[in-house]
Amino acid sequence: MSLSLDPEINELKQLTHYVKEKYDYDFKEYAMSSFKRRIKRILDLYKFKDVDELITALDTREEFFEEFISEITVNVTEMFRDPTFWKALKEHIIPNIMLNHNKISIWHAGCSSGEEVYSMCIMLKEMGMLDKAKIVATDIDRGIIQKAKNGVYSAKSMDTNKKNYLRYEGKFALEDYCREVNNEVLMDKSLVENVSFRKHDLVQGSSFSKFDLVLCRNVMIYFNQTLQNKVLHKLHDSLFKYGYLAIGSKESLIWCDIAHKFVVVNNEEKIYKKIKD
Amino acid sequence: MLSKYNIDPKYKAIVIGGSAGSFQPITKILSMIPADFPLPMFLCLHRLKHVRTGFEEALSIKSSKKIAEPLDKELIKRGHVYLAPANYHMAVELGNSISLSTEFLVNNSRPAIDITFESASYNYRDKLIGILLSGANKDGAAGMKRIKERNGLTIVQDPNESMINAMPNSALAVTKIDHVLTVDQIIEFLLELDKLLKNQTSLP
Repeated sequence: MSLSLDPEINELKQLTHYVKEKYDYDFKEYAMSSFKRRIKRILDLYKFKDVDELITALDTREEFFEEFISEITVNVTEMFRDPTFWKALKEHIIPNIMLNHNKISIWHAGCSSGEEVYSMCIMLKEMGMLDKAKIVATDIDRGIIQKAKNGVYSAKSMDTNKKNYLRYEGKFALEDYCREVNNEVLMDKSLVENVSFRKHDLVQGSSFSKFDLVLCRNVMIYFNQTLQNKVLHKLHDSLFKYGYLAIGSKESLIWCDIAHKFVVVNNEEKIYKKIKD
Repeated sequence: MLSKYNIDPKYKAIVIGGSAGSFQPITKILSMIPADFPLPMFLCLHRLKHVRTGFEEALSIKSSKKIAEPLDKELIKRGHVYLAPANYHMAVELGNSISLSTEFLVNNSRPAIDITFESASYNYRDKLIGILLSGANKDGAAGMKRIKERNGLTIVQDPNESMINAMPNSALAVTKIDHVLTVDQIIEFLLELDKLLKNQTSLP
């Protein structure tokens, strides 16, 4: 963490206002502490003196905006993050859904670089269910969606992923689903051949389909409470009645006005079931 | 009681950071402060990323206070002790709530002490006390510098007493630390602060 000056709140407000006007992306209701760190990181990375210089760059070079979005929304994730969560899906949630369905529809809302999508596909494949699943994976950042589609990760990041897979107690080894080339790991693309990767903005976009299971883990933590509430409405609209919603292990629906339309299925893993339309 | 540390009663919150060698000091501190110590405390201690449970319980055993890992956007309450959860950064948000995040490792750590300290100092400005304990890397040094820049109060565990002194020494190298104290002195300091704050509130 470098020690250049922190952007002040009024500067951040100018920036979010500008980005909304010019590019129609809305960061006004992002959680301020992490948004401020991201902006500071951009200032340091591109050697901008202050937020004004950043705004000037966004104004004069429209191609810079894609990089800006990537930096703002970059989210670090792991395959099988929280192995006990994936076990709960495997042992309880998926079998429950399949009790009265022969197909399953899943939405990864805010899929980032795709680690959870690959985890899901590996899990379903090992359950013999991959061909029964319709999976949609969305993110606001086009660049990161491309990365998710490519399925190429650093060999270093695989250490954590492999440990998680072991704790998840998968059937085989994570290495069976990828190969290493020049310090990079290439995932087996047949895993995701039926996954639809799309750009979608959770903040301004609307619900576009209904699903049996929605994963939105550690995405809403970057939003303030007001925005979390709005987004939860969209997730609720995107679930079939009795469908499941999974959020991050330290997230909560308690402070949202439609929390009563869900019941907690697994409190440790933060898995909820929609019980009211 | 004679004032030994000459504390200003303006403080509103305390952040404590530590890594290798900090478990015993923090346990001792938590066991000695009274259950009704009025300020909220934020603990950011380096911990195994994949072990989600057990740490808050381990810290709570001897503590007079309940130690709890907050949920994202939880409101900060007087006298509560918040522990940064495994594999999440913990930040203080303007408007007195807590934000968690899964951003990059900072100083090879998540939770990172710098993130907790920096965000807390942004929120509490000169009304924050930062305490940095034993540890093997430089996480927390930049955060201590920020607290100092915003006129908060900074305390490091005496490097001679720290099991691993890299962390207090890193802070001492980047900023002028107000107090270099042993764990027993840190406890003495907190008890003096406790008395001061309670006397202040009982005045007519």
